[in-house]
Amino acid sequence: MMRWILVALIVVPGTVGDLLTTAGMKRHGEVNDFSLSGLARLLWQLARNPYIIIGIVAMAISFFALMDLLSIAKLSFAVPATASSYLLETALAKYLLKEEVGWKRWAGASLVAIGVMLISI
Amino acid sequence: MISHLVTKTAAITTVVVVSNAVGNYALSKGMQEVGQLVTWQPGPYLQAFADPWVIIGVLLLIAWLIFRLALLSWADLSYVITVTSTSYVISALLGKFFLAEQVSALRWAGIALITVGAVFVGETFPSTTDETGGLAEE
Repeated sequence: MMRWILVALIVVPGTVGDLLTTAGMKRHGEVNDFSLSGLARLLWQLARNPYIIIGIVAMAISFFALMDLLSIAKLSFAVPATASSYLLETALAKYLLKEEVGWKRWAGASLVAIGVMLISI
Repeated sequence: MISHLVTKTAAITTVVVVSNAVGNYALSKGMQEVGQLVTWQPGPYLQAFADPWVIIGVLLLIAWLIFRLALLSWADLSYVITVTSTSYVISALLGKFFLAEQVSALRWAGIALITVGAVFVGETFPSTTDETGGLAEE
């Protein structure tokens, strides 16, 4: 039971974190300056972007839940359970973020999810 | 402009994938040197930061996070998650050639599927939304 609670704590906050950081970065606008000072300025701006802050907190929760799960379950349980998030995030990117997800993206996400399961066995 | 975006996406995607795989590799190598670290005391964690592999690993993973955010400032999430999963492939190759880990037939099959899946998505145009990112429809 505990391991399934941890799987939920990996998948749900991880997905929410990716959706929020994507929305936050789209609102920030396209990054073009990759110099050291440009990246420092980017960090300074992102530190005051609520989408990014909440998104990164959610991703941190997901990361620590993964660490906890790996301490009580094998990698071959943890990774397949989380590989499904490729498909979940692709679906939510289509319906919430309004991204154009054609057959190539569905096929790609499916192949990657199966591939990630296989490398953990 | 469109070919510029494709080139820029390829370059930053490469930075994201390599910093992730090499960062994880350096961190795991460093943590193996440091030894087991399951404690609530902050001291051992601070000592781990004296290990050069740990420092390199943490710096690379910070770079990974920043460049992944930058990539998401124009590229779709459904593009980024799938294309950057190739870091699994690089991690497996690093393990095979530098840590002499065995790669089973099943793992090779997984590596092949991830590569094909990433190529499929890599063929799509990276950016299909505007600056509102869909969540700002109101």
